[in-house]
Amino acid sequence: MYDIIIIGAGVTGSAIARELSKRKRKILVLEKESDICEGTSKANSGIAHSGYDAAPGSLKAKLNIRGSRMMEQLSKELDFPYKRNGSLVLCFDEADRGKLEDLLERGRKNGVEGLRIVEREELKSLEPGVSDRAVAALYAPTGGIVCPFGLTYALAENAAVNGVEFQLNTKVETIEKTQEGYRIRTSRGEFVTRFVINAAGVYAADLHNQVCEKKLRITPRKGEYCLMDKQVGGLVTHTLFQLPTALGKGILVTPTVHGNLLTGPTALDVEDPEDVSTTAAGLSEVLTKAAMSVGNLPNKPITSFSGLRAHEAGGDFVIGQAPDAPGFIDAAGIESPGLTCAPAIGEYVAQLLQELDPAPEKEGFIATRKGIPSMALATPEEKDALIREDPAYAHVICRCELVTEGEILNAIRRPLGATTLDGIKRRTRAGMGRCQAGFCSPKTVAILARELGVDESEITKSGDGSQFITGKDKENV
Amino acid sequence: MSDRKLDLVIIGGGPAGLAAAAAASEAGVKDLLVIERDRKLGGILNQCIHNGFGLHTFKEELTGPEYADRYIKKTQALGVPFLTDTMVVDLSWDQETGAKFVTAMNKESGLFVIEAKAVILAMGCRERARGALNIPGYRPAGIYSAGTAQYYVNIEGRMPGKEVVILGSGDIGLIMARRMTLEGAKVKVVAELMPYSGGLKRNIVQCLNDFDIPLKLSHTLVDIKGKKRVEGVTIAQVDENRKPIPGTEEYYSCDTLLLSCGLIPENELSLMLGVEMSPVTGGALVNESLETSIPGVYACGNVLHVHDLVDYVSGEADTAGRNAAAFLQGAQTQNDTNVKKETEIKIRTVDGVRYSVPATVRPEHMSDMLTVRFRVGNEYRDKVLAVYFEDEPLMKLPKRIMAPGEMEQIILQKKKLEELAEKALAAGVSAPQITIRVEEKA
Repeated sequence: MYDIIIIGAGVTGSAIARELSKRKRKILVLEKESDICEGTSKANSGIAHSGYDAAPGSLKAKLNIRGSRMMEQLSKELDFPYKRNGSLVLCFDEADRGKLEDLLERGRKNGVEGLRIVEREELKSLEPGVSDRAVAALYAPTGGIVCPFGLTYALAENAAVNGVEFQLNTKVETIEKTQEGYRIRTSRGEFVTRFVINAAGVYAADLHNQVCEKKLRITPRKGEYCLMDKQVGGLVTHTLFQLPTALGKGILVTPTVHGNLLTGPTALDVEDPEDVSTTAAGLSEVLTKAAMSVGNLPNKPITSFSGLRAHEAGGDFVIGQAPDAPGFIDAAGIESPGLTCAPAIGEYVAQLLQELDPAPEKEGFIATRKGIPSMALATPEEKDALIREDPAYAHVICRCELVTEGEILNAIRRPLGATTLDGIKRRTRAGMGRCQAGFCSPKTVAILARELGVDESEITKSGDGSQFITGKDKENV
Repeated sequence: MSDRKLDLVIIGGGPAGLAAAAAASEAGVKDLLVIERDRKLGGILNQCIHNGFGLHTFKEELTGPEYADRYIKKTQALGVPFLTDTMVVDLSWDQETGAKFVTAMNKESGLFVIEAKAVILAMGCRERARGALNIPGYRPAGIYSAGTAQYYVNIEGRMPGKEVVILGSGDIGLIMARRMTLEGAKVKVVAELMPYSGGLKRNIVQCLNDFDIPLKLSHTLVDIKGKKRVEGVTIAQVDENRKPIPGTEEYYSCDTLLLSCGLIPENELSLMLGVEMSPVTGGALVNESLETSIPGVYACGNVLHVHDLVDYVSGEADTAGRNAAAFLQGAQTQNDTNVKKETEIKIRTVDGVRYSVPATVRPEHMSDMLTVRFRVGNEYRDKVLAVYFEDEPLMKLPKRIMAPGEMEQIILQKKKLEELAEKALAAGVSAPQITIRVEEKA
């Protein structure tokens, strides 16, 4: 019997797990995919929002402010890439100035620090890359960018180090109320627990609605993105949002923490919670709208992708104990600014648990975590030191992003280590560069097979069914 | 600031680097080093196990590894030193002294810096990836560049798929259509966006026609289906603006998509160094000596511009190697003040000719005959390839067919150019130009 089972190892589930691991409890995280960070958490804008967007008084607003304030400190404790680069909401039409004022007012009510409207001249000096069409902008100096994978892995690894169990490849099928809590049937057996935390992203309503009469309605809202080469990553330094225009909700143009340029997302409600396909229309919309924000949008894509936001019909996060299901706690409808909010959601849920079921603090909680060193970012002295420690740090596997065997081995051998090519990619950036794993994928597959003690034909991109190799030469001749 | 000092560092131990090393060594450069990132010399030739290499160089048909082996043996016999499994991570130079600094690392020596008087860039090229093509659809396993599939099949003996669709008709894609078929896969179709193939005619005949694999010109991929592994792709015909024509979509079930949509010179190091680049080739702008905008830095092979035939790579690299040797032995470079700047002739490429290598010629420095290579931007039938010095026609070559997939070449004669340059200068033309263009038949 577990004290708590968390369903979903995305950024929300991982943040909650990490926060709960500070107290003496037996905790399990169930994840249907082969790795953590496989759903919404892996495909989003990677923005640490300042918090002007959400309606004052909403959970989104409250947790956004808190999350934004936590992020910098947390990035130091848990060693993930975060940068406070400031954001700008661009206004392209004098007639829309009122909307900009409204946003400023909303932000101030929410408690966002340093918000102000900047006029064209100042805007140009703040952000020389901005398009001439922008007449003014809302400047949010506390806006930031964060590596969504880095944040999720950091939280999950730290939770694991502090005793939280993670069971991957385990899909929850049914949940039923029992005398003492809940029985969860999964693709890999049955689990019983006193508390359930529902952090299942686009599937959260399906779980919630099994035990609660007050139904949730979650729609997967697809967002398509286009990621550009690092060669053009310096085009802008701030995150550029757009005020909604006649063309609809705007899209963003932002540098990423790793120095690429990211544009997107679109917003389209879809039925299939696994529909992460991109479309010609979506990608064209992204590029057309992005071109409004910057003078010269370079045509240097290295990849495109789409992610699904878990949009709940009520419009706000649904976090708390379900009214008619004691011990069943939702962390549902976590759409934007969910990534920013995650650490605050962790705190909020932990607080709630402490009220419902007090537990003593754990002695020896490990508050910090060290990420995978990056040879690409290391100084010559740091590079030397790493190579002395392990010569594998001198063996380059991914030439585009300069990722070495040492980093890949580190990614495999660490807590909740990578077992798939995508897992390696998101932990180390091997394969994230301009050749998109053309050269390094066979080498990475070979390292994974060696480390995991399996044949190369068993290595997958992202879990069973996504194997790279289908057989041997001439097998079918 | 350096751990070692050398005369010449050659970055890349593929066909270009090997031939450059051999030539430099034969020309007397003994204090040199070839740095190769892979564990073996030979570069991409090691996975090109088909034959057809060396017809020009050796007058016989070799496989890729055999061709590489000839040059490996040659450089070994010359005593050229190599470092394999070694990655160059930074390249810089001192504008005052002209010294180049090559930062590299490997397991044995860790991170180290070599100071070199001259550098030859021979890093090769890479394939254009799916992301750069912005192909919509899912992102499952089973999408490979043709070269990655070639690595699996030819180096590892593993099949990356059973039922294959190939997008793009570049040479590696054509070669892989045949290889995958021979190894037991079913290649259903090759789709090419352009109205002509990007590959060599002989490869279309020998790799597609001989195996009844259809080539669909003016077609592109509009969707990729499959969440975990590719399940199928949709191909559509494109109009003259290369936009898919609605209603022409055809679905092919397959578990594998190979991409052969162009090669890109791999010039990250050249950019770090600050070499002036050609926006057309993605490679450095070079003069007749294959010297880049930085004195003593040469480029050759696919890092300079993508070649069809390795024989041409070897020839070009030989030139780079000899010129690097001449540089080291004190010959003048373009930055020497006693070379008259006005003798630099720019090669202008217009009317269907996309670029040329070299981009400039200094008659004093060229050999008696200088081969200028270039590609046309479209398929041309029954046209004339015309070369002018200023307004004076130098040659008019009737061409039955020219295509972007086949590299063209002309040969310039030193004596003639010297005469013309002198005449032009006397007539007050300060920057004479050679023009290469496609013309109608008279």
